[in-house]
Amino acid sequence: MDTPAAAIEFSNIIKRFGASPADAGEVIALDGISLTVPAREFLVIVGPSGSGKTTLLRLINRLSEPSGGTVRFAGEDVRKIDPIELRRRIGYVFQGIGLFPHMTVAENVAITPRLLGWDRDRRATRADELLNLVRLSPADYRNRFPRELSGGERQRVGVARAIAAKPMVVLMDEPFGALDPLTRDALGQDYRRLHEELGLTTVMITHDILEALMLADRIAVLQQGRLIEQGTPKKLMAAAETDYVRELMQMPRTQATRLQKLMDEQ
Amino acid sequence: MNGLDPRVADALARLPDYLGQHVVISVTALLLGLALSLPLAVLATRRERLRWPLLAFASLIQTIPGLALLALFYPLLLGLSALTESLFGKGFSALGFLPSVLALTLYSMLPVLRNTVTGIEGIDPAVKAASLGVGMTSRQSLWMVELPLALPVIMAGIRTSAVWVIGTATLSTPVGQTSLGNYIFAGLQTQNWVSVLFGCVAAALLALVVDQLLALVETGVAARKRLRIVAGAIGLLLVLAAALVPGLSRPAATYTIGTKTFTEQYILASLIQDRLRANGLSAARRDGLGSTVIFNALASGEIDAYVDYSGTIWANHMRRTEIRSRDEVLNELRLWLKRERGIEMLGALGFENAYALAMRRDRAETLGIRTIEDLAARSSQLAIGGDYEFFDRPEWATLRTAYGLTFRQRRQMDSTFMYGAVVNGEVDVISAFSSDGRVARFDLLVLEDPKRALPPYDAVLLLSPGRADDQALRRSLKPLVGTIDVALMREANLRADRDQDKETPAQAARWLWEKIKENE
Repeated sequence: MDTPAAAIEFSNIIKRFGASPADAGEVIALDGISLTVPAREFLVIVGPSGSGKTTLLRLINRLSEPSGGTVRFAGEDVRKIDPIELRRRIGYVFQGIGLFPHMTVAENVAITPRLLGWDRDRRATRADELLNLVRLSPADYRNRFPRELSGGERQRVGVARAIAAKPMVVLMDEPFGALDPLTRDALGQDYRRLHEELGLTTVMITHDILEALMLADRIAVLQQGRLIEQGTPKKLMAAAETDYVRELMQMPRTQATRLQKLMDEQ
Repeated sequence: MNGLDPRVADALARLPDYLGQHVVISVTALLLGLALSLPLAVLATRRERLRWPLLAFASLIQTIPGLALLALFYPLLLGLSALTESLFGKGFSALGFLPSVLALTLYSMLPVLRNTVTGIEGIDPAVKAASLGVGMTSRQSLWMVELPLALPVIMAGIRTSAVWVIGTATLSTPVGQTSLGNYIFAGLQTQNWVSVLFGCVAAALLALVVDQLLALVETGVAARKRLRIVAGAIGLLLVLAAALVPGLSRPAATYTIGTKTFTEQYILASLIQDRLRANGLSAARRDGLGSTVIFNALASGEIDAYVDYSGTIWANHMRRTEIRSRDEVLNELRLWLKRERGIEMLGALGFENAYALAMRRDRAETLGIRTIEDLAARSSQLAIGGDYEFFDRPEWATLRTAYGLTFRQRRQMDSTFMYGAVVNGEVDVISAFSSDGRVARFDLLVLEDPKRALPPYDAVLLLSPGRADDQALRRSLKPLVGTIDVALMREANLRADRDQDKETPAQAARWLWEKIKENE
C-alpha cells in the first residue's frame, strides 16, 4: 500500500494573532500542538469555544498559515504545495454550509470538478452519483436552488460537494450544528458510512460530545490552544487524565442517568 | 405639421439631432464610466487601503455642480490640446464631445463604485469562505461567485448612474455639445417655455425609458430569467437605434454656425443659415456657447461663423480699455483679428447691442432729457435701476465720472423686472441693452451719449480662419452687412421675446430678411 501511514501531521504548531510578538493585544490561538491523523481515520476534535479547533482545521488546507511548526499533508510540507491545488484535493464542509445561492444543486456539487477542468458530461454524471451517495434523488434535486432545500438537504449537498473531486481527506467544521436532532443523527450516520465506503480520512469539529463519541475513531480535546488529551472514545470514557475531559466524557452518561431518574419518578 | 403650435413643430424638427447627440454622449459616458468604475470597485474590495480614497474621490466629484464640472474640462482640454499640438503637431477639439463625455464619465462613477463595493462586501461570509475552500483562485471567486451574487446590487447602481448621466447631459449645451439641453438653454433665453418644457420632458422620458429597461435586465439577472435580460437588452438597443439612425441618415452639414446664449444670437444664426441654404449651402448649429468658448471655437475652426460684438472683443481679447469711436474700433478690430487669430471680419451688421441708459419716453420729454448730459443735470433727484452686473462694470464707472452722475437712489434687480420698474415709474432710468426688444415694446428712449463714454458694441459677422477665403460663404453673407439698424433688430428681438404672438427665432429671422429686402 503506497498510501503513507499519516494523512495529516501537525508538528509543534504555534498560531498567534496580533500585530507583533510584543503587541499587548496578541492572542495565542494554538500553543505547540503536535498531532498525527493516520489515513482512513475518523478524528473528531472537541473543545470549548475559542479553544482553537477551527484555526487548527484551517491550517490543513492553508486557509490560514501557522506562526510556527509544520503541517504535513500525505507526508509533504503543505508550504510546498500550491494552496489552490491543495484545497482542490481536500474536501471541506463548512459551519455555515456556504452553498452558492446562484448555482443549482448539481452545479454546487460539481464545482471542484469544474475547477479541475472536467468536461460537462463527466460533471453531470458525477453530480448524480454524489446525490445518490448522500441519499438525494438526482432527478428531484439536481436542478433545484439551495433556497429551495431544507437545512438537512443543504448539508447533504454540502457533503456531496466536499467529496466530489474524490479527495483523500475531508475536513468538517461543525457540519451538522444547525440541524434538528433527528436529521443530525441520520446525517452523522450516513456520513460515517460514506467515510468507510470511500476510505476517507476525516477530521471533524463538533460541540456535541455524544456525536463525537458515536462517530469518532479517535477524539482529540483542545483547551486554550493546547491539545490536552487524545484517544479512542472508549479510552477517554474509561480513563480520562484531566478533570475537564473526565467531566466532558461523563456528560452523556450523567444526562442519561438524570433522564432515567426523571422517568422513574413518574 | 398643420395645426401644431409653431414652437412645438420647431422643437419636433430638432428632436432627431438633439436626441441623437444626447444619447451618444450619455451612452459613451456610461460605458466609459463602467469600464473605469467596475475594475476600480473590485480593486477596492481586494485592497482595503484603496477603498476610502476611491469612494471619497467619487463623492467629491458628486459635490461639484454639474455645470461647473463640465466647464472645468474645457480649459483643461484646451491646454492639453495645445500641448499635443506642440508635441505631435496635432491637437484635438476641446469643445463639445470631449469635455461633456469626460465630465459625465466622472459623474457616472459614484453609484457604480459604491454599489459594486457594497454588493461584493455584502456577500454571505460563509459563501466567500466556501469559494476559497472548494479551491477557487481569487479571480475564479470573483467571476464565478462574487460578481454574479453582487450583480443585482451593481445593476441598481448602473440604473442610478444612467438616470444621473441622462439628466446631467442636458448641461453639456454651454460647452458646445448639442443635447436635449439645447431646448432648455435656448428656451430660457427667449422665454420660450414650450421649448424649456419640451427639453425637460424629453430628457425625463429618455431617463425613464432607459431606467425601466435596465430594471427589466436587473430583475432578470436577480431571478435568473434569461428572457427578461434579453428583452431589456433588445429594448436598450432599440432606443439606441431609434436615437441614432435619423441622425446618421442626414447628410453632414458643410458649415457650422455658433450662437451665444440669447435671443438675438438665435435669430441672427437662423438668418445666416437661411442665407446659406438659399445659396445651396448647408449649415448646422452649435447653440448656447459661452462668450470665450465661442471665440476660441471660431479661431480653431470648430465653428465657421458667428456674430460677436466689437466691445466684447475689444475688452476681453484685445485687452483694451480706452474708448474710441465705432469706426475706429471696427478698423482696429478687423486688423487685430486677422493678424492675431486669422479670423476674418466680414463686416458690421449695422446695429449695436451696447450698454445704454433708457427712460420712459414721456418722462424724458417732461424732464426735457434727450442725452446723458441732460440727465446729469437732473440726476440728483432721480432713481436708477440696473441689472446685477451693471454697477460693477467699468462702463458704469466711466459713465459716472464722464458725466458726473449722482443719483438719488440706485437699485439692483433682475433684468426681467428692471423694464417693469421703469415703466411703472419705480425708477426713472435703467441700464438696458440697446437692441433689446423690450426697448421697442415699452417704447423707451435710449439716451444719447455725446461724450462717447460707453464703448461701442457693433454686431460683427466673423468667419473662421479656414473660411476667410471661402467665396461661396462670403457671397451668401455679404448681403447682411450694414443692413440691420437698431430699430429693426429690436423689433425682431421683440417678436421672439414677447409673450403674445410669440414667434420662434427662425420665424423672426424670416421676418427680418423680408424687412432687409424691403429696405434695399
